[in-house]
Amino acid sequence: MGAFYLAIAEHGKVGNIRHMGATGQPAGQTRHMHVTREHLVGISGDLTALTAPEARDLLVRRQISATELAHAVLGQIERTETQVRSFITVTADEALAQAHAADLALSGSDPGATPPLTGIPIALKDLFCTTGVQTTAGSRILQGFIPPYDATVVARLRAAGAVFVGKANMDEFAMGSSTENSGYHPTHNPWDTSRVPGGSSGGSAAAVSAGQALLSLGTDTGGSIRQPASLCSVTGLKPTYGRVSRYGVVAFASSLDQVGPFSIGVEGSAMVLQAIAGADPMDATTAPVAVPDYRSTIRDGVKGLRIGVPAEYFTAGMEPDVERLVREAIQTLQGLGASVHPVSLPYSEHGLATYYIIAPAEASSNLSRYNGIKYGLAALDEVDMTKAMDATRQRGFGNEPKRRIMLGTYALSSGYYDAYYRKAQQVRTLIKADFDNAFASVDVIASPVSPTVAFKMGARIDDPLAMYLSDVCTIPVNVAGLPGISVPCGFDHQGLPVGLQLIGKAFDEATLFRAAFAYEGATSFHRQRPPLARSEASANQAPHA
Amino acid sequence: MTATHHAGTSPATDYEVVIGLEVHAQVVTESKMFCSCSSRYSGAPPNTLVCPVCLGMPGSLPVMNRTAVEATIITALALNCEIPEFSKFDRKNYNYPDLMKGYQISQFDLPFSQAGWLEFDDPANPGQMRRAGITRVHLEEDTATLKHVRDSSGETYSLMDVNRAGVPLMEIVGDPDLRTADEAGSYLRALRQILRYLGVSTANMDEGAFRCDANVSLRPRGQAEYGAKVEVKNMNSFRSVVRAIEFEIVRQRDILDAGGRIVQETRGWVDDRAITVTQRSKEAAHDYRYFPEPDLPPIVTPATEVARLRSLLPELPDAKRHRFADAYGMTADIADTLTQTRALAEYFEQTAHLSGNARAAANWITRDVLRILGNTGAEIDQILLTPAHLADLIKLLDTGTISVRTAPEVLEEAVSTGSMPHEIVQKRGLGQVSDTNALTTAVADAIASNPKAVADYRAGKATAMGFLVGAVMKATRGKGNPGLVNELLKQQLDG
Repeated sequence: MGAFYLAIAEHGKVGNIRHMGATGQPAGQTRHMHVTREHLVGISGDLTALTAPEARDLLVRRQISATELAHAVLGQIERTETQVRSFITVTADEALAQAHAADLALSGSDPGATPPLTGIPIALKDLFCTTGVQTTAGSRILQGFIPPYDATVVARLRAAGAVFVGKANMDEFAMGSSTENSGYHPTHNPWDTSRVPGGSSGGSAAAVSAGQALLSLGTDTGGSIRQPASLCSVTGLKPTYGRVSRYGVVAFASSLDQVGPFSIGVEGSAMVLQAIAGADPMDATTAPVAVPDYRSTIRDGVKGLRIGVPAEYFTAGMEPDVERLVREAIQTLQGLGASVHPVSLPYSEHGLATYYIIAPAEASSNLSRYNGIKYGLAALDEVDMTKAMDATRQRGFGNEPKRRIMLGTYALSSGYYDAYYRKAQQVRTLIKADFDNAFASVDVIASPVSPTVAFKMGARIDDPLAMYLSDVCTIPVNVAGLPGISVPCGFDHQGLPVGLQLIGKAFDEATLFRAAFAYEGATSFHRQRPPLARSEASANQAPHA
Repeated sequence: MTATHHAGTSPATDYEVVIGLEVHAQVVTESKMFCSCSSRYSGAPPNTLVCPVCLGMPGSLPVMNRTAVEATIITALALNCEIPEFSKFDRKNYNYPDLMKGYQISQFDLPFSQAGWLEFDDPANPGQMRRAGITRVHLEEDTATLKHVRDSSGETYSLMDVNRAGVPLMEIVGDPDLRTADEAGSYLRALRQILRYLGVSTANMDEGAFRCDANVSLRPRGQAEYGAKVEVKNMNSFRSVVRAIEFEIVRQRDILDAGGRIVQETRGWVDDRAITVTQRSKEAAHDYRYFPEPDLPPIVTPATEVARLRSLLPELPDAKRHRFADAYGMTADIADTLTQTRALAEYFEQTAHLSGNARAAANWITRDVLRILGNTGAEIDQILLTPAHLADLIKLLDTGTISVRTAPEVLEEAVSTGSMPHEIVQKRGLGQVSDTNALTTAVADAIASNPKAVADYRAGKATAMGFLVGAVMKATRGKGNPGLVNELLKQQLDG
């Protein structure tokens, strides 16, 4: 193809696709503008293929404008959204207004002095409260809820100059591993639209994978960032519990939830974490731990780094390709100068059971505020106050939240508390002690993220236990409160992505970035894009039914 | 009415009454327990002191108000409690529209304090004290207020005001150590006095800043186990607490005497009918599913912090009462009166100090100042008559500048205008005539114009002197210094 095209959506048209996820009706028309920027943005000429640091570089050097970049991702959304369905709400008008403001800032005398994410498009999982923009947490019970406040992370991203393209789809209240539990619609894996993107932050992972945003923000309670990152072949980081504020983040399980980034390439995640990390006076669980300059050490390599490999994380149900690719990735790190050591995390096998006591217990309490009295869905046809509250919950919650409310209520009930909740907290201490023990002799622990590649949509939806097992390798990390990162480490025999999980010491995200960055520098998996993300593929690809 | 009285008239069994009180007191703070909204909601338009946190909006998180924690620990120290080093908040889960999050942040198994006691006047033995155990003092958050309305068409609906939601609330749980309704009343008065001394709560029951639930049970005297407990709620005054307990004692005794069983339940006091009615049976009781609040880290209170807070404790009513009696030589009754409030006690001590006459200060305050407060309904720190004014008045009396008869007039003017007594005396010429020359003439006149009295005096009639003094005072329009008049009369008559 001699000439190439950059899809640029018209303002009004793109503006119309707000709430398109809910209505299922994307606006159609795009205008194709002939551009010649090959030399700037690589052979495809597609701005949506840029990594965040590349975009930053081009923006600061005024080689591209934030408005162009916003048009590019909004056009990509228009082009691919019917197949992927990453979003519950696309905020095109807001994105273009923010991009315009970014361009003004970048047109000043010192563009390099602009905030680090100025003009960079980012998608937000739909559980981050955004002033004036509907925030549903993937649930019908919050349909129509428009927060009058920003989550702290949203405010910090705003201050960092980011451009918000929309609110990404998710499993309802972050409960799930496939995004099929969304109260609105499922999201499709950009690598194979008949498969799930993982979850619960499936929309955030798919959006970055499909080039609908350069970055995105998700939350990870038991693997909800790392597992979809793995299944969609993007980088996803779950920071240390307490590293990032949860204020304004719709809560699932308060002692486990943590906010983190998705990106193409590790450096983008470092840029996002840099912007959002640090103590927040509005969240008493954030830690007063200094936030290092992540990008200043990210290129330091892994020479001398001690990597632990826990035998327990290479489980019986694991797909052979997954195990092979993860072991190859560990060898690659070894080849880069790291040393590899066996470690043992024997209590991790109880991680899933522990998690499925603690998380539902906290969720059963966190979700009790949704009763239709103050916001969201309200059963206004019921006259009696108590009946109206009950009816709102019966209609507004999907099956998975209902299941977990019941599990959690049971676990906390008088007479069962000691046997379940208290016991689970005790096991939690043991799981954490295992990690402390292992980290006495290693710097990083390497394991698979998910025992399998992306599964077919519908394959596990009627089998909650099978769905829960998707997170068997990621859950212990949340239970212990540690940071974990998922980086693309290859493709299985069907061409489906596999991720490598690196687990770090508490508040040592810097070492995870360094190791992950060294790894991706030695491979090219992170630069591979799903076919539907490539602009020249658009015309030929049939929309997903 | 006491339980022993009832038990005495009971033909069957002699019952021991067991009462434990749970008091909720709003803590005086600038901001709410877990957000920065003002906690001074009284008089504010509905739903104006609210934010995402106290509204329980999605994603909002609590941040602890340290002042409220300190007030709770100070209260616990004043109630002789132990302060554990580790404490935490828990979630108390239940659903009601006035509860914004579907759970109340409270404290379950590791409260800020435990195992203290409170001394109160023993109503059965005046002048004696009784002691009741304090189980714990912990901290939680208040709920919103619901107003149930029936409009003119008969339609009913509920209105919610979230201003009160999240206001810090101390819960003071008492041991089941009280034995009569009057003891409960005395306990509450002592507790309220301490809270007000500490300044941690207004403890005004009519404003809802002080609420009391009573657990009442009966058991045959000598039996170790408690009887089935009834929790009585909805009392809106100390008087209604006492009446509700009295009613409940009779109700339970009648059931037991008739061979019935007491049902463990929650009952509500209906003030205008003076009865308690069933609200909730034990079977319908909530399972609150307490668990540690994951949004708030545990609280560590090191011994040094406890010592610091203890050093902030003011002198408490009982200690002050004893000190007043000892240091100023006043009766227990007067000491009691002067220590009713911390402000009154301070008023007294300042007056005593400034005037150098504690006895006079005590007299003036217990007699005149309290009467003025009673008449005007004002608080001691709201009246124009300050300790400096009262001390000035006392000094004018002690130096003989004014007479006892003039003093009330000076006091009234000082109260109404705020002028200093010595200025009033000066301006209005109310000072006593202590000028010997001026008085000598008046004395000579009195002797000259009352020969019969003079004769009587010389004949040894004691009353004659009083008559002559009166004549001099009349001539000086009451301003003659009585001592000097006496002296001059004697000089002239005897000389």
